[in-house]
Amino acid sequence: MDLKPGTRWKSAVCETEAVVVRPPKAAGELQCGGAAMIPHAAEKPAGAALSPAHAGGSVLGKRYADEASGLEVLCSKGGQGALGFAGRALVVREAKKLPSSD
Amino acid sequence: MHTGLLLEMAADGLAGQTAIGGAEDGLSYAALLSRARAAAARISASGVQNVAFIGENGPAFPIALFAAGLSGRAFAPLNYRLPDADLNRVLARTAPSLAIVDDAMMARLGAAAGVTAISRSAFLDSGAAEQTPEPIDPDIAILLFTSGTTGEPKAAILRHRHVAAYVISTVEFMSAGAEECALVSVPPYHIAGVSAVLTSVYAGRRLVQLPAFSPEGWIETARRERVTHAMVVPTMLGRILEALERDGGALPDLRALSYGGGRMPAPVIERALKRLPHVDFVNAYGLTETSSTISVLTAEDHRAALASADPAVRRRLGSVGRPLPTLELEIRTPDGAPAAPNTPGEIWVRGEQVSGEYVGRKAVREDGWFPTNDCGWLDEAGYLYVDGRLDDVIVRGGENISPGEVEDVLRQHPDVRDVAVIGLPDNEWGERVAAVVVGDADADALRAWTRARLRSTKAPEDIFFRDALPYNDTGKLLRRALKQELAGGG
Repeated sequence: MDLKPGTRWKSAVCETEAVVVRPPKAAGELQCGGAAMIPHAAEKPAGAALSPAHAGGSVLGKRYADEASGLEVLCSKGGQGALGFAGRALVVREAKKLPSSD
Repeated sequence: MHTGLLLEMAADGLAGQTAIGGAEDGLSYAALLSRARAAAARISASGVQNVAFIGENGPAFPIALFAAGLSGRAFAPLNYRLPDADLNRVLARTAPSLAIVDDAMMARLGAAAGVTAISRSAFLDSGAAEQTPEPIDPDIAILLFTSGTTGEPKAAILRHRHVAAYVISTVEFMSAGAEECALVSVPPYHIAGVSAVLTSVYAGRRLVQLPAFSPEGWIETARRERVTHAMVVPTMLGRILEALERDGGALPDLRALSYGGGRMPAPVIERALKRLPHVDFVNAYGLTETSSTISVLTAEDHRAALASADPAVRRRLGSVGRPLPTLELEIRTPDGAPAAPNTPGEIWVRGEQVSGEYVGRKAVREDGWFPTNDCGWLDEAGYLYVDGRLDDVIVRGGENISPGEVEDVLRQHPDVRDVAVIGLPDNEWGERVAAVVVGDADADALRAWTRARLRSTKAPEDIFFRDALPYNDTGKLLRRALKQELAGGG
């Protein structure tokens, strides 16, 4: 799983989609709903189901990070599954509050 | 990550809410995406590499901007105020390209190899095509030709990753309230015009566009559309204030007014803060090559500076605030060493939004640092002061004199309405300090005024009086034009 910045991934078990903003420093699996995420263009595997332990949901437009590896993704489509990396739950990263300058 | 994805997310989250135009008759996020996709299909079918845009602000601009991104073509908004010959020369550099051109400007174009021009009205008639085409080279998002005040315009390259990094690191997705509305009056070919479209769409803030700036038109639009946010260049703010004083009315809905793109005269911002006390003023400093803003003086900074008796705090009203937390910024002396606080040098910046690249040339270094060619300094608290372009620094007998510093002092003189300070060739000193003044002042009095506030070597030896100074349409002083005129014997 090559989590290069800008690569797009989708959940195998729900509607969630995510874009890599910052790559992880160590290799690992990007997950959603307890299952490995798949490339954006790939077909969803049949029969895969959301794990109730990873059903916290993902929210459109939120940035999620894994502090240990430095991985950061942007949720580009929300879904029922919670995002994870190498078995750890990703946490929402609050954007720095900046005044509008454009 | 793509600019097109930003719009897809907004359409997903905000669907029927108005994205562009009037609250009642504007284009929704879903409609904007659908129009952009249709236009992208048309662009793809034409087989071009770039999309040029020659026209005033209007819905066609964001549609074309996102359509270019969705089709993987670079988007090049061109300066339609250039003389015809210059405009055609820049347009030829976008080939092979599709040029979207205001109907009234079509006649200005000559035949250029590899450029297919279509009128704005024909472009807006692109049929419906919901299918997003496959991007060809989804790397370059924007090609922006610099204003060319120093010669042939350079084509700055902004890649999708730079622009997207700027948007997602500085704006929270869908963070705008449903009543918020941003007014854009900078033209499409200015980086602030491009970033306004991207950040407003991502924030979910309705965008209203002013095709061409006039202070009365700006005020009328701000009132009619209940504008809450706006960005202006300093000359626009001065003119808006004068028009407001003439009409005596208010701007009750306006909450935030950011300014940038040039040096803000202290008397103008002080007057603005007093005239519009309910408005949050933000000074934003950035360059085309850095995908817009890299430093901001916040509303709190403005109010603290205005209220302070401490000169070190008070002078911050003339700073561009502190660098964004998402990037690094340093002042370096000519030998490359970091400068101490309060010591001028070149401004260097590094971060994900920084491109520092032009067609045919990279100014950004291997380690990611970009020399901005702007001269400035940081105070002890980390506030950045920008003195102007390095090329404009006057070297008088080995002493570096910043024109901006001298201009600021002269501008405080009650008889000076506007002023430009430049270096003229001098047989003894290499360069001497010259001031071009608008106003009914006495030359000797101005020299004494400057000497009393700065080192005597900084007082202008030559003082010329003019009715007005030359600015380009986005408020940049054309120092080079003045210099050429006056060096020739003035």
